[in-house]
Amino acid sequence: MPDYTTELAVMRQMMGSRDGLVVFSERLALVNGIALTDPVALVARLRENKWLHGYCDPALWPALAPHFGADFKVDTTYDRKRVDDYAFGITRAVGAIAETGTIVLNDATTSRRLGALTPWVHIAVVERAKIFSDLPEAVAGLGQDTNVIWVTGPSKTADVEGILIEGVHGPGIQIALVV
Amino acid sequence: MRFQQIDQFAAELKADTRAAVYDGSKKGHEKRTKLLFDEYADPDRLRRIAGEVKQHVVENLDTYLPQVEAKLKANGVIVHWAATAEAANQAVLGIMRARGATKMVKAKTMVSEETELAHFLEKHGMEALETDLGEFIVQIDGDHPSHIVKPIIHKNRREIATSFEKNGLGAYNDDPQTITRRARHFLRHKYLEADVGLTGANFVSAESGRLVLVTNEGNSRFCLAATKCHIAMVGIEKIVPRDYDLALFLNLLARSGTAQELTVYTEFISGPKSPTQPDGPEEMHVIFVDNGRTEVLASDCRDILRCIRCGACLNVCPVYRQASGHAYRSVYPGPVGAVLSPLMMGNKFPQKADLPKASSLCGACHEVCPVNIPIPDLLLRLRNRAKEENVPSPGTPPMGAWAVLASQPTAWRASLFGGKIINYLPTKLLPIPALRAWEAKRSLPAWRGGEFRKWLKTRKGRADFSPPASSRAEAKKAD
Repeated sequence: MPDYTTELAVMRQMMGSRDGLVVFSERLALVNGIALTDPVALVARLRENKWLHGYCDPALWPALAPHFGADFKVDTTYDRKRVDDYAFGITRAVGAIAETGTIVLNDATTSRRLGALTPWVHIAVVERAKIFSDLPEAVAGLGQDTNVIWVTGPSKTADVEGILIEGVHGPGIQIALVV
Repeated sequence: MRFQQIDQFAAELKADTRAAVYDGSKKGHEKRTKLLFDEYADPDRLRRIAGEVKQHVVENLDTYLPQVEAKLKANGVIVHWAATAEAANQAVLGIMRARGATKMVKAKTMVSEETELAHFLEKHGMEALETDLGEFIVQIDGDHPSHIVKPIIHKNRREIATSFEKNGLGAYNDDPQTITRRARHFLRHKYLEADVGLTGANFVSAESGRLVLVTNEGNSRFCLAATKCHIAMVGIEKIVPRDYDLALFLNLLARSGTAQELTVYTEFISGPKSPTQPDGPEEMHVIFVDNGRTEVLASDCRDILRCIRCGACLNVCPVYRQASGHAYRSVYPGPVGAVLSPLMMGNKFPQKADLPKASSLCGACHEVCPVNIPIPDLLLRLRNRAKEENVPSPGTPPMGAWAVLASQPTAWRASLFGGKIINYLPTKLLPIPALRAWEAKRSLPAWRGGEFRKWLKTRKGRADFSPPASSRAEAKKAD
């Protein structure tokens, strides 16, 4: 079997000595995702778009609740029957990948697979210290979780005449809240 | 029949379809090239190494497959082996019946296209709904995909809007965004009602037993978030040796397939859901499908088993762009299909022996292949096989006379001189169908037979091109 170093699969001149968060934000923007670092900005954006009803991971809610006003209705239990009611879903990510603007979810860290998938807006809360540089690093960090999913921007298709449409089955808006 | 089947199909293709296929495939190819060459110092090295890794797997499937099986079992996955398409479908049906399941949501998998799983399940009273937007449209239309990554590359928005209207998905509206939203609303409830989610796998790591699944729409993730049972149908050649190799292959697959740096959803699945996770399958089955692959392995074209189904060779192929995918009458169209499809026919090879001939051997498919498959070489081997099995080749001019001339120097020289007559003949009127068809769209260049030989003999600096003295001496000895 041929041997090679993982450097082969790293994009040239992407990271250099740059900060992981800077590269991550820049790359996420390229796939029409949004990186935020301030919960206040997040809440403002949700309000501005009238995305007022959502689901939030119960573990995250105590820290986030003070930023949300009384105009919001946020459930900390996910009800499958109300799939069309949730405008946003807030879940925890286990990490991110700078090179590609990707967030990393797994079964242990993410409260509900559906909570990150069915609402129009998905907000992944990711710790700044857990940003991998590139794909080889992220593969090496897959860990023991039985289901790891990398999410790079909003769900999309180009099946109809090659025209890009976002929000096919999953979120049309993908936000990473880096804390 | 005047022509070979694939030529006949291409000749009768609607102009609309040809334009849709041409534009779609060309766009994909150009973006791919830009991405790879902008982002890697030596993109060719990536694909050469990826090719070597996959070739290693293909040559050692006998050790990798048991290794993967053991790993999957240890991860809590139930493993099935299916030698044929029928066996694979029966395995799926058996799993569904054992669970009392009647509803399946399906992500896009080429293996299930091979086995015609959805038709099979419907015949047995099960609902099997395609969830990839393109595949969903193909399903409600009763059509077939014509591209392995872009299944409806041959359709335009008007056709899609018409079939949505016919299938009760709203009044006629051909805005792509409206089409997509309607599919979103219809399908999300279907996922939540389904009992079983079926997917394929893009890669399976022998080291960890992880299945890797890539999509953009999020449909396979939805299948695996909403249902309680996951069935994966996997071709036996999908293995990569280590997790380590996944970064390399994922980089190549997204760029080659859809000119993306990474697909939107890249999922690594090593078993049923974690006990603490409320959503997702409690039961997971992997069905390893042979369906003709071991025959390919035994042939002199086994390199084709490296294929990672990116579709780059379709996008770049001048024949595919003109003929469209349906001309190949197979699940796999384009250059990869021209090799794989006839091979997978087993002893019915002659039925698809026309496919390897529908190529100008320009080599573009080899050049773009992320696993460096020498497709033109394989096409030649299959042409040779067709010749040896005396498969008829309608529409191809007989080459017997050419063979006689080309193997006798005197006759060859005479024909080079005598050919000049073609410059004075009214070729458009000659009763040779192949020539007339050709001349209908092009004009024959003037005959210059013998000019090259003349130039070769009289040119200056001849020594530069002569074979080295030693090999000349050997050639002499051989004489």
